[in-house]
Amino acid sequence: MRKSHPIIKALALFTVWFLYLPLLGVAVCSVNTAKGGWVWKGFTLDWYFKLLDNEWILNSAWNTLELAVVSTAIATLLGTILAIGISRFPWGRKTNSFLNTMLNIPVVIPDIIMAGSLVVVFGILREVSSIFDMGMIDMIIGHVTFQIAFVALVVRSRLALIGQDVEEAGRDLFASNWYLMRKVMLPLMMPGIVAGAMLAFTLSLDDFVLSFFLSGPDSQTLPLFIYAAVRRGVTPEIHALSTLVVLITVILVVGAERFSKKEIA
Amino acid sequence: MDTHKDKNLTIKNMVKTFGKVEVLKTVNQEVRAGEFFTLLGPSGCGKTTLLRIIAGLEIPTSGSVILGNDDITSLPANKRHVNMVFQSYALFPHLTIYENIAFGLRSRKINADEIKRRVNEGIEMLRLETLKDRMPDQLSGGQKQRVSLARALVNEPDILLLDEPMSALDAKLRAQVQEELRRLQRKLGTTFIMVTHDQDEALVCSDRIAVMNEGQIVQCGTPEEVYDYPCNKFVAEFLGAANMLKAKRVDGGVETELGFFALDKIPDWNEGLVTIRPEWVKISENKPDHNGVLATVEDSVYRGTNFDLFLSPGNLRVRTSSYKHFRTGDKIWIELTASDLVALGD
Amino acid sequence: MKNKNILWRGELTTEGSLLRKGLAFLSGGISWLMIFLVLPGLLFIGVSFATRGDHGELIWKFTVENYQRLAGYSLFGWTPDYLLILWRSVEVAFVTTLVSVILAYPLSFFIASRPAKSRYVWLTLIIVPFWTNMVIRTYAWFYLLSPELPLAKLATALGMIPPDTPLYPNAIAVYLGMVSVFLPFVVLPLYSSVERLDWALVEAAQDLYSSKIRVFMQAILPQTAPGLSVGIILTFVPAMGTFVVPDLLGGSKYMLVGNLIQQQFGSSRDWPFGAAVSLGLMVLTMISLQIYNRKGKEIEVL
Repeated sequence: MRKSHPIIKALALFTVWFLYLPLLGVAVCSVNTAKGGWVWKGFTLDWYFKLLDNEWILNSAWNTLELAVVSTAIATLLGTILAIGISRFPWGRKTNSFLNTMLNIPVVIPDIIMAGSLVVVFGILREVSSIFDMGMIDMIIGHVTFQIAFVALVVRSRLALIGQDVEEAGRDLFASNWYLMRKVMLPLMMPGIVAGAMLAFTLSLDDFVLSFFLSGPDSQTLPLFIYAAVRRGVTPEIHALSTLVVLITVILVVGAERFSKKEIA
Repeated sequence: MDTHKDKNLTIKNMVKTFGKVEVLKTVNQEVRAGEFFTLLGPSGCGKTTLLRIIAGLEIPTSGSVILGNDDITSLPANKRHVNMVFQSYALFPHLTIYENIAFGLRSRKINADEIKRRVNEGIEMLRLETLKDRMPDQLSGGQKQRVSLARALVNEPDILLLDEPMSALDAKLRAQVQEELRRLQRKLGTTFIMVTHDQDEALVCSDRIAVMNEGQIVQCGTPEEVYDYPCNKFVAEFLGAANMLKAKRVDGGVETELGFFALDKIPDWNEGLVTIRPEWVKISENKPDHNGVLATVEDSVYRGTNFDLFLSPGNLRVRTSSYKHFRTGDKIWIELTASDLVALGD
Repeated sequence: MKNKNILWRGELTTEGSLLRKGLAFLSGGISWLMIFLVLPGLLFIGVSFATRGDHGELIWKFTVENYQRLAGYSLFGWTPDYLLILWRSVEVAFVTTLVSVILAYPLSFFIASRPAKSRYVWLTLIIVPFWTNMVIRTYAWFYLLSPELPLAKLATALGMIPPDTPLYPNAIAVYLGMVSVFLPFVVLPLYSSVERLDWALVEAAQDLYSSKIRVFMQAILPQTAPGLSVGIILTFVPAMGTFVVPDLLGGSKYMLVGNLIQQQFGSSRDWPFGAAVSLGLMVLTMISLQIYNRKGKEIEVL
């Protein structure tokens, strides 16, 4: 291992502080008794307890979770089947490049453009059916659309690791289609499917732009709630809520790392 | 009992093309029940394709595979009573060794007691008792190979197929495994068909060897037959070192650049090659009565069990036992015995 | 041909039924992406040539007015406002990417130099902000930029802002916010390249050349180029279209193209113009990447 130069070390530490100082500031404010302003007045956890009384916040939290769970479930199912379709059949070169493009568009396209185009489409579909009124269904569809690609990419790279010979060995040992799928392919794909689902779930929790464009009056999510509140003026409750969200992110990240480490080991 | 062991395998007019590439060009071959049969050849000769066709992992372009009295050409792998040891072993990484071995029995829904009995039998036969609860990635190459063998053999297949089973093992282990594999086959009496590019492996293990080249079986016979009487230059050189001499047929033998040699078997061509293995060239103090050549030692290479001498004229390689010392420049008489000189065909 | 038996991965089938099965597997995901991604995209292009009705409704009357407007032409003559916003977006995305890269190199090298165990902790420290919601990470700057704290006091002392006002909304705040939001997008891919760096090559370069800059250009840059490229694209593309950061930290004082688009789909309800601006953003992003591809290759050849 190489020791890094003191200047490099100093720059690196500065950068990490640069990333965390704002968040630490918010965390400090969330336990500050001062109702407004940024001056330290004393320690309290009141703001956290107040969150539990705020129906708006609880509602937003519920919406966030519902959106993430439903969209992740749909995207994981569709993305996994798509990944199998892409990598387990002898497609020609043209089909393969078409499929690659389809997977890459949602990954590279700016989310604001995707959101804008969906606003237009749902605007037109609304004339046909009120299902497409701004709200949860639109948001779920929007989230699934970018999640599918991420799930399919992750599962596909996992499938590439499962050699053809393992599949053939299963056949050679008398496995029928269904038995092979259940006993060999699915268990071997599972780490990829779980990783893809976790990625999709996090992307959904993290999304602001699509939800912002597609949400209706009853489908506020936490990021939308925080955004709206911040524009009105920050309050200690918002600091407390944000700090909680960051803590949940930490737990998810550490959990995901544990999971992937276990899979590699 | 053991009726499955009486089934001969017949390959009839087998042709396989991938796109425009003809991988197998009309192969006809019989494999007798209970023998250890080896397909030997360089990479790309079609031996693995032939094995995969027998396994039910490829369908031939034309021709048929007949096992006993049944045509199994279009039966997929999971419907044939033939099992395979894959080159990579292809163990299921998510299952324990025990479950790997039980896989074939479980997918055929055999009853639990029977599965237990047969898996334990397999575990005992291949000395895997201490490994049965481990996962495949905790095993060494040799252990994986034994698991892979057990996994195939517990199904009591009509034929066991082995695709380059030793390519992932180091040289020392390989020699030991070759002998074990042969003993195992003798004990079980199951037909083994092995694919390899390693002539030592083929010679040690097999009852019969089919040498393949460019999609065809060039020669088939016992190890002694193919080694001692190769039918052409390819077989002679593929199975080991061989001295080649250009020759013209004359009365009672052939005429070469080294002079006249008497042959036991007179060739059917007028011009061609004769060959002799380096270890069969005899060295003597005096001029031999027949087939003698006076040669000069050009180089001498010590190989542990013997010396390899390189002689002129004719650039001959001669293998001698190691206690005899020769130096560069020594003049010696050699004899290419009439019975050991083989005339090669095309 | 279609009915000929084949064995595909040990399964007996025919070419026709294999094809049908494959298509069945693809159909779900691909139809979804077709309906909700590709068709909306094409429709969007169409909408950018349509007309806005008086109440914000779509009128399918062909016009290039939306693009004219984006280029600055209106009933009242030419103004550079929209072009300025576009140009500013490129500028902000470029500077954000550049500063992030400059900060990411020392950080990646530092993390790579840590012992294996603490390396994992450091890496987690970068991954957490990567996954933390952008709204929170942006508004968190309010605190640091508040008038009671040194940054705002310093700015006041320098005469940049009046006393007792926060250091936002303005351009400085946008840049600070952008870099802090996008920095992890460069660090993570760059680190994966730095981790695999072949130090023998760096040492050889150190033996051969004296200048540190040349060592970096000739030995380190080419080796880390793959991760750097991913990082640059991951930063530049979303930075071009971002709207949370300029909205919260720039306000109306420092608008970027993301805000302009959002306005058209939000308060102004002018979809055709919104579509035109979006396509303008798309084209600008692609041109920038094209330039990067070309220039980037030249630098690697150096």
